[in-house]
Amino acid sequence: MGDGILKRKIGIEKEVDEFLDRVSEAGLLCKQGMDIYLKGDMEVYATYLKSIRDTEHKGDDLRRSLEKDLYEKTLIPESRGDVMELLEDMDALLDRYTGLIWQFEIERPDICVEFHEDFKELLSHSVESVEADVRSCRAFFKDINSVADHIHKVSFWEKESDKVSTRLQRAIFGRKDLHLSHKIHLRFFVKQVDRIADEAEDVADRLNIYVIKRML
Amino acid sequence: MFAFFLTSGLFLGWSLGANDAANVFGTAVGSRMISFKRAALYCGIFVILGAVVSGAGAAKTLGELGAVNAIAGAFVVALAAGVTVYWLTTLGYPVSTTQAIVGAIIGWDLFAGALIDFVTLEKVVLSWFISPVLAALLSALLYKLIAYGMKHMKINMFSLDALTRTGLLLAGIAGAYALGANNISNVVGIFIPISPFSDISFFGIFTLNGAQQLFFIGGVAIALGTFTYGKKVMLTVGEGISEMSPVAALVAVLANALVLFLFASQDLEQFLLSHGLPAFPLVPVSSSQAIVGSVIGIGLVKGGRGIRWRVLGEIIGAWVVTPIAAIFLSFIALFFLQNVFQQKTYVPVEYRVTAAAEQRIRAAGISVTGLADIRGKTYPSAYQFQKALDQPMTLTAREKSLVMSAAEIDQLVVAIQVANRINDPAITDEQKNAVQKLWGKHFMHRWELEKALAEQSQEWRMKPNNKKQNEELRRKLDYVYRLIRSAGQ
Repeated sequence: MGDGILKRKIGIEKEVDEFLDRVSEAGLLCKQGMDIYLKGDMEVYATYLKSIRDTEHKGDDLRRSLEKDLYEKTLIPESRGDVMELLEDMDALLDRYTGLIWQFEIERPDICVEFHEDFKELLSHSVESVEADVRSCRAFFKDINSVADHIHKVSFWEKESDKVSTRLQRAIFGRKDLHLSHKIHLRFFVKQVDRIADEAEDVADRLNIYVIKRML
Repeated sequence: MFAFFLTSGLFLGWSLGANDAANVFGTAVGSRMISFKRAALYCGIFVILGAVVSGAGAAKTLGELGAVNAIAGAFVVALAAGVTVYWLTTLGYPVSTTQAIVGAIIGWDLFAGALIDFVTLEKVVLSWFISPVLAALLSALLYKLIAYGMKHMKINMFSLDALTRTGLLLAGIAGAYALGANNISNVVGIFIPISPFSDISFFGIFTLNGAQQLFFIGGVAIALGTFTYGKKVMLTVGEGISEMSPVAALVAVLANALVLFLFASQDLEQFLLSHGLPAFPLVPVSSSQAIVGSVIGIGLVKGGRGIRWRVLGEIIGAWVVTPIAAIFLSFIALFFLQNVFQQKTYVPVEYRVTAAAEQRIRAAGISVTGLADIRGKTYPSAYQFQKALDQPMTLTAREKSLVMSAAEIDQLVVAIQVANRINDPAITDEQKNAVQKLWGKHFMHRWELEKALAEQSQEWRMKPNNKKQNEELRRKLDYVYRLIRSAGQ
């Protein structure tokens, strides 16, 4: 009886880890995808698009399976609601990566070479903030006392991405030779990338509350 | 008639199941770690197993109700206790069934003019304070220890969930088994001497004796009580007093079990003393009160803000009400049964200082000079005899109890069928033979019967410095005495 329960739980622990792996993996794919896009190799970009879509599907399946297990097996009754929200929040971040890559594919923004490094840096900071979220989540499941060690890094990377975003927007709108429509299009993409870090920070804020609730 | 009288015992069992299951599964259900249906199922199975397997071996097979000397009286006493517990269960309060029984017996004592057992009453009152305080201290300590351990062990949330759930289930199962084993005698024990059941063999693999069949029926009644009405009290214990995390739920049941084990287990005391170790003092503790204390202890460790003090106040009120309501209900019901339905609710017990009784009193080292005025006189009740005794003599409580038991008149005649009706497997063949040899003998006092049995066989003699064995012997003597008395009625 006890063994059965333990085995089932170890299975769920693995599923949670796998789900968070998918979120991390999507961040890396997103970064690599942006590099390829900026190089202009759309054929290779299409393969990244497929990879990130597969990762998103896997993530969705894992989340659904986890939610089903949590409810059907009535696991962790006191934290179930919080864990469900957390999983959905992390899944939303994964979706945002996918959405960004697709947006590049559909709208094909014309990014001037002088903005390439800033765009890469901006995405890198946003991915870092999500990574700090992933580490906080893992700690939330395994070692609640160390969540705080990771959670403050989310804010750090969000602020860094804000700085780059502001700098980049200033640079875009400072260019006299670009049409306003082009500038607005570029700003839209800056905002899209920056939003990932903003949402990561929102997730971290909610996670902070879940931690306090579990500590009580 | 047996079936009719048994119904009140079964009703008491049903009430007990509805209320006391909360002591073992309340926090698990309240913290939503185990569903009510699952808890009720496990509780039911293990209550029945505890009742059938270990109930027969319990030190007090006849239970508290053994003090009631007429079956119609026992019927009313069980009914009064059952109604009291049922009433408080409908209100959702965890109360002690044993304390309801003690109250109902006091109602009977008052009605029958028997002596009120103030020692037991004092234990009841003490347990209202001792049980929750000890349990609160232990649960607070245990909670701190476990919280410290968890901080350093870094257990995954899901593994912790699994361990806690398994722990709650195992603790619940063990608690349910103990609930069945310890309480079944209160539910049906009194009916054993008049039980018509004979042994049933299951394909020669195992045999259920008459007492075990009765215990099985009682166990089923307890299980049904848990199933049909147990949820409300479980939720009071598990979430009404204070919201509980699963770990806190486990700590609460462990602290409850630990309090009962450390402070109420004679086996543990015996074990520690026999190994030259200091034993924990045995104090009156009740599981129903201890579990509430455990929940409060954890609530206090967490700062006390989560405790609903109003609910706690109501529960403590219900504890006090339990024996009082049972006393009134029992007394009124006995009055009706005796005067309206013309049923014999008690056998009047007379007292007389006979020559044999005087000799016994003198042998115990008590001066008999003060007994001159009451010698040979018959007193119709314990109350009147005690009153007469108080005037000429100043006796200690122990001496008084010895004089009372020496002077109690029983008029026992050992009928031929008595030895054959002994179906307690603990009674040996030699002990049965000793009973057989007393066939046709007449005894004025109960102690004369016990003395005669001791003369017939070594196995009926008390052993010096062997508390446990002597308790078991006392239980057997009680059983045989009741058998002889019920055969004579």
